[in-house]
Amino acid sequence: MTHPIQIILTRQLAGYLSVPFFLVDPKGKLLFYNEPAEAVLGRRFDETGVMPAEEWSSIFTVVDDDGRAVPPNDLPLMITLTKRRPAYSRFFIKGLDGVVRHVEVAAIPISGLQDEFLGAAAMFWEVPE
Amino acid sequence: MRVTLFGTRGSVAAPGPETAGYGGNTSAVEVCGKDGTILVLDAGTGIRRLGLQVLSSIPRIDILLTHLHMDHIQGLGFFGPLYNPGIEVHIWGPSSSTLSLEARLSRYLSPPLFPVHLRDLPRLTCHPVPRTPFDVGPFHVRTALICHPGPTVGYRIEAKEGIVAYLSDHEPALGLRNGQWPGKDWISGYDLAMEADLLIHDAQYTDEQYKRCLGWGHSTYQHAFEFAARVGAKEIIPFHHDPSHDDATLDFLLEEAVRRCQPGFKVSGGREGAVFEVGLS
Repeated sequence: MTHPIQIILTRQLAGYLSVPFFLVDPKGKLLFYNEPAEAVLGRRFDETGVMPAEEWSSIFTVVDDDGRAVPPNDLPLMITLTKRRPAYSRFFIKGLDGVVRHVEVAAIPISGLQDEFLGAAAMFWEVPE
Repeated sequence: MRVTLFGTRGSVAAPGPETAGYGGNTSAVEVCGKDGTILVLDAGTGIRRLGLQVLSSIPRIDILLTHLHMDHIQGLGFFGPLYNPGIEVHIWGPSSSTLSLEARLSRYLSPPLFPVHLRDLPRLTCHPVPRTPFDVGPFHVRTALICHPGPTVGYRIEAKEGIVAYLSDHEPALGLRNGQWPGKDWISGYDLAMEADLLIHDAQYTDEQYKRCLGWGHSTYQHAFEFAARVGAKEIIPFHHDPSHDDATLDFLLEEAVRRCQPGFKVSGGREGAVFEVGLS
C-alpha cells in the first residue's frame, strides 16, 4: 500500500540530508533510515530492512551517561510514538558494528493536515567527545 | 462511463490559433456515468463550456477539485449550474491545516476578485475531501494526497465499467536517484492509478524545463509514461500542457516520448473536446 505523501516526502528529504535520520510508521515499524544513520547504527538499511518497533528498539544496546541501560520505551522515538509529542535524549548507543557512540536524538511526530498521526522521525547527532 | 476533456492546459489559459488543436482552456474534465451522474474534475476555464452543455433537468453535479491553484478554480464562478436553483452542486476538495475548503475557495470567490460571494450561491455544498472513499451515484471515489506543492489530491473513480485515475498535477519523479524508481509503496499516487483503464496524468514539461522546475510539482512525458507503466495503466492521456507549448510542440513531444519509451499501453493526446468511453473495449 502506498505510504502517505508526507511519509514519502520525508523519506526523500532524509535521502538528501547529512543528518542521520530514522523514519517509522504509526505503529513504530521501521520504514527507512538514511546513509548517515547507517554510520551511527552500524549497518546498512538494505541489510536490516523493515522491522517492527519491538525489534529495532531492542536490537541496539543503549545506555545513559551513567552507564545504566535505557529501557526501549524511554527512547525518544518510542516516547514520540506513544505520546505523539517531540522527545529528546542523549545516550550511548552500541551499533550493530559493535562500536559505542555518544549521540543526541530528537524525535518528532509526523502529523497530517487534519492532525492524523502518520508516523515519526528521529534525528541523531554524534556528541563531540 | 464517458470521459470528456473540456480543458487540458496547465498553469494559465493559452487560447490562440497555435493552440487550437489541444485547446487553451485550463483543467476541466467531465466524467458521465451510465445513469447520467456527472462528476466534474477541476474547475479551470474549461468548466464554463462544460456548464453550457449540462441539461437544466439534472438534479445534481459534483465537482472534484484536485487543489486550489488558480488554473484549477478560475472557471468556477462561470459554471452556469452554480446559479441554477434547480441543481445541487457539491464541491469536493482539499482543506488546509488551518482553513476549511469553503474558506479557501472564498478567497477567490469574493470581492474584489469576484463579484459574487460563495455563500450567495443557491444550492452549493462544500465537502473537504475525506480520507476514506465516498460514493457519488454509481461512482466509488478514492482520494489521496499526492506530490505537488500545497495540499493536492489525486482521484480514482471506480465504476462497474472501469477505472479512471486523475492526477492532473503530479511529480512522482521528485527525488529519483539516477532515474531509478523506488518500490511501489514509495511512489506518490501509485494506489490511485493502479491498473486504471484511463489515466489522466500531468505531462507539462520537456526534459529541459523539468531541470529548471524541479519540485514545482509537474512531470515530463517520460515521467508520466514511466509512472503509467509502473502502475499498469491501460491508457494514458498526457495532460496539463504547458502554456508555452503550441500544437506542433505537443505533437512532437508526444511522438518523441512514444519513440523513447515504447509504452506497452495506449497513449492518447490530451486534446480539448476529446471523448473517451471507458469500458467499451
